[in-house]
Amino acid sequence: MMQAQDVQTASSPAAPLLAVRDVSVVFGGIIALNGVSFDMQHGQILGLIGPNGAGKTTLFNCLSRLYQPSAGDILMEGTSILSRPPHRIAEIGIGRTFQNVALFANLSVLDNVRIGTHARTHSNIVSDSLRLPRVRRSESEIDRRVHEVLGYLDLEDVAHVMVSGLPFGTQKRVELARALATDPKILLLDEPAGGLNHEEVHVLGDLIRRIRDERKMTVLLVEHHMGLVMSIADHVVALNFGRKLSEGTPAQVQSDPDVIKAYLGSKHQ
Amino acid sequence: MAAAQEVVTETPTVEAPPKRAMTLGYGTSLALLGLLALVPLFAKNFIIFQMTTLLIYALAVLALNILTGGSGQFSLGQSAFYAVGAYSSAILMEHANINYALTLPISGVICFAFGYLFGKPALRLSGIYLALATFALATAMPQLLKLGVLEPWTGGVQGLVVDKPDAPFGLKMSQDMWLYYFTLAVSTAIYIFSVNLLKSRSGRAFMAIRDNEIAASAMGIDVARYKTLAFGISAGITGVAGALGAIAVQFVAPDSYTVTLAISLFLGMVVGGVGWLPGSIVGAAFIIFVPNIAESISKGLSGAVFGVLLFLVIFLMPHGARQVAMFGQRLVGKLWK
Repeated sequence: MMQAQDVQTASSPAAPLLAVRDVSVVFGGIIALNGVSFDMQHGQILGLIGPNGAGKTTLFNCLSRLYQPSAGDILMEGTSILSRPPHRIAEIGIGRTFQNVALFANLSVLDNVRIGTHARTHSNIVSDSLRLPRVRRSESEIDRRVHEVLGYLDLEDVAHVMVSGLPFGTQKRVELARALATDPKILLLDEPAGGLNHEEVHVLGDLIRRIRDERKMTVLLVEHHMGLVMSIADHVVALNFGRKLSEGTPAQVQSDPDVIKAYLGSKHQ
Repeated sequence: MAAAQEVVTETPTVEAPPKRAMTLGYGTSLALLGLLALVPLFAKNFIIFQMTTLLIYALAVLALNILTGGSGQFSLGQSAFYAVGAYSSAILMEHANINYALTLPISGVICFAFGYLFGKPALRLSGIYLALATFALATAMPQLLKLGVLEPWTGGVQGLVVDKPDAPFGLKMSQDMWLYYFTLAVSTAIYIFSVNLLKSRSGRAFMAIRDNEIAASAMGIDVARYKTLAFGISAGITGVAGALGAIAVQFVAPDSYTVTLAISLFLGMVVGGVGWLPGSIVGAAFIIFVPNIAESISKGLSGAVFGVLLFLVIFLMPHGARQVAMFGQRLVGKLWK
């Protein structure tokens, strides 16, 4: 075991934090993903791009265990995550946001972010009903963490507001706060720029970089917005029709003729 | 794939009013408790008995509120849990000579187990289908209680007669009054526990599931576990209410626990405000007193009058008593200025 790790360390600069290995997903005869492989290194911002229907969200949902790959494996720090049920993904350090914002609409910002700490805390219905001293301690620890995250994302002012009443951009920030509250090693962001205006996208890009640098997180960014991906990603994986089309630095992927063809279509048809 | 995506964008099945608070402030709560504690001193035994019934139904409505308002699961089968609680208590008192007060926690535990186990297969159902499954349970329960094999314990169609407890410690208090204070103490304790629960990590897990199951799961919440727990807790509290009910009316019989009771409790929850625990007592008052009011208006058409009154309530305040409370709060706030 140790030896195997050593060999891996020797061959690449560092063992990958997350390894996607030949993952395929089939939905009733439709191949949504076909043997996709890539690695995510510690501290990387990895951009996953591709036209509509390329399989980005499918892959994303494999990582958060909503879909079961029909073949292949996904390794987090060398251990397969595929035997874990979806609710046991947060505890190994994978946090996510959703494409169309999936907040708890009837709860306050505070409660939404508190729920983010669920996987990192413990309690049972008896101790919670009796509000035992250890529940009080745990609750104040939760609040301390939640307020730190709210402060970080500048959400303190709306802490007590119900999320359904907030503007879309703020809701997206609340979702990010909720994901940060899970204290993840890997942050999965599903189209975070969707629905944001030019200015907001720019701010978002800075924020994602800051989160990576200051909170030591690794980020997987699934995104349509090319400008955002190309400006902040260290590494880009391009998908098309469920296959990996290209991989490399943003510049490499951007100049790859296959990628250009997939996005713009061929010049000579 | 489509199913999973639909759930993500699904609007919550339970519409909550535009304010988060699930409880009253300390001051209001204490004032209400004080009022409830004082009234019997100036009331006749019959009124005291009605107030006991009010508290018992409020407890049952509260239990449903935790399930539906808290975890977003529907139930039209609460009468089944109420019946199991009532019978457990009656059987323990009459056949095992167990003290009435001790039968309450036992009934609660039995009903918790029953609800928890029912919640397991019910996990596969949601929304209106879950309501139908629980409805089936409520329909089946009276007949199950009449079964010949159970007759030595349940007394079959005849049911069981229960002795009314005297006030303990030589207190000079009528049986009705003692039972009222006993019920008030039990209900207050359960109300406090419920408020604690809903404000805690477990309660937030319930509400997360209510609002978005997929996101809840991504936050590490074991959706199946918390859904069955919510069923268990709701059934357990309903069971305690049933046991108190058996002690109060001194009698259990299968046909006291028909699906009508389940629907009444559901009605009480809606009138009180889904997800607003203090509304439970308002909802209970509605299901106990409004039929009487309807009857006093017109004996022959009491059902129709009740229907009209119910329609008015739903039409004028779709969020139930909570809406009135919020309106009152704003009004007081304005007058204060």
